[in-house]
Amino acid sequence: MLLIECPHCGPRDETEFHYGGQAGVAYPAGEVSDEEWAAYVFLRDNPKGWFRERWFHVHGCRTWFAVERHTVTHEIRTS
Amino acid sequence: MSHPDFLWRNPDPEPAYDVVIAGGGGHGLATAYYLARNHGITNVAVLEKGWLAGGNMARNTTIIRSNYLWDESAALYEHSLELWEGLSEELDYDLRFSQRGVLNLAHSLSDVREGRRRVNANRLNGVDAEWLDAEEVKKFCPVINVSDRARHPVMGATLQRRGGIAKHDHVAWALARKADAYGIDLIQGCEVTGFEITKNRVTAVQTSRGRIAAGKVALAAAGHTSVLAERAGVRLPLQSHPLQALVSELLEPVLDCVVMSNAVHVYVSQAHKGELVMGAGIDAYTSYGQRGGVHVIEAQMAAALELFPIFSRVRVLRTWAGIVDVSPDASPVIGPTPVEGLYVNAGWGTGGFKATPGSGWVYAHTLAHDRPHPLAEPFGLERFTTGALIDEHGAAAVAH
Ligand SMILES: Cc1cc2nc3c(=O)[nH]c(=O)nc-3n(C[C@H](O)[C@H](O)[C@H](O)COP(=O)(O)OP(=O)(O)OC[C@H]3O[C@@H](n4cnc5c(N)ncnc54)[C@H](O)[C@@H]3O)c2cc1C
Ligand SMILES: [Zn+2]
Repeated sequence: MLLIECPHCGPRDETEFHYGGQAGVAYPAGEVSDEEWAAYVFLRDNPKGWFRERWFHVHGCRTWFAVERHTVTHEIRTS
Repeated sequence: MSHPDFLWRNPDPEPAYDVVIAGGGGHGLATAYYLARNHGITNVAVLEKGWLAGGNMARNTTIIRSNYLWDESAALYEHSLELWEGLSEELDYDLRFSQRGVLNLAHSLSDVREGRRRVNANRLNGVDAEWLDAEEVKKFCPVINVSDRARHPVMGATLQRRGGIAKHDHVAWALARKADAYGIDLIQGCEVTGFEITKNRVTAVQTSRGRIAAGKVALAAAGHTSVLAERAGVRLPLQSHPLQALVSELLEPVLDCVVMSNAVHVYVSQAHKGELVMGAGIDAYTSYGQRGGVHVIEAQMAAALELFPIFSRVRVLRTWAGIVDVSPDASPVIGPTPVEGLYVNAGWGTGGFKATPGSGWVYAHTLAHDRPHPLAEPFGLERFTTGALIDEHGAAAVAH
């Protein structure tokens, strides 16, 4: 089980959180092509290594926040 | 004691092949086999970074069925199931393919509606399907607790009698032996590390054992497909997650069918040797670590014990995880990529074992003819742009 550091509550068990996927995926601005829209909706990075991702402290303070996690070692560093 | 005969050679790579398949799991091996058998293409190498079929092929719970909701999926998975029905004979190897019936339990009114709808859709597509009420479930599988006071009451189930399980190692070994006999090189300990691409056409792969020129390159790397595609500059709509399973100690025969519950993320069968094989849902986060959280196993066990109180004192022997390639609509991605000569077959996620022969069949055809096999056509990458998704979350969900 991961130990995830909520910026408000400190380190808590993974079971208190909901996973939010890749962080920093911005809503596309202005007119977008079908390809750009498809990329926004469906394409996410899937790296083997460090990954910036969002977590939701659903059973705690209900804050959304981002961390960096290594997808092989599962090590987490707050950023 | 001497080593039994080897089932395939262990060749070094040649400098060039007509087709290079990246990934020696079930799908890579089946693709190689059908390239030779159906299309006479034998100048083929399967490159495997570890040992043959040591990835998800070695880690799955071997459930086979074809009762998917939509026409496109029913056609593809049913084609695969029909191949399974003749595969032991064709490969001349006992795959322990056992059509013992697969139950998908319904625990709520919406499960019931979804299940009955799927039974009707399956029948229209010529896929065998039956709806059982709770009493009939009890008759079919007496060890399930169908009490309406249970935490997860059983309100009925779909039944596919032609569904079942097979022995995954035998499947891999049988396919490898046949592919090898056709002269195909199965090269282990050979990791694909990059691609040579000239004028948007792939011409070679770089590997841990040197450069290998290739007429065509077929990705078949399951959970690692995104990593490979990225090296060719291709982004795929896939996320890699751990998927865990476990086995119990060996028991006398007690469960003679496959029981699945999407709602509580449990699926159970009893292997030929006697151990209970149980699968869980995916871990929430993306990972390549081949391990998951113990709380996922715990939740799965809790649900399993509600369904099967008789298993309460059974001990777990071991748990493990594989890395599964999950697509947005729980359907695979099969076909060409934006790079000419580079093909993808991935996104089978939590449920690709059952598709092993069918996937190999349509992928081989796609490679041989440079255009998708009719059964694979709806599963191309472009569906994410056109919006023609094949949403199998209901039938596939996290279960198989
Ligand atoms: C716990 C678990 C339970 C499952 N249960 C079921 C089930 O009951 N029914 C069902 O239908 N499906 C099930 N699945 C899914 C099924 O196992 C997969 O969909 C299927 O095995 C994927 O195809 P494959 O066999 O080719 O994958 P794999 O066996 O994973 O083959 C991919 C291969 O590619 C290799 N590779 C990766 N990167 C490289 C590289 N760079 N160079 C060379 N080689 C590389 C890997 O080492 C691996 O051997 C389950 C999966 C898991 C993990
Ligand atoms: Zn918090």
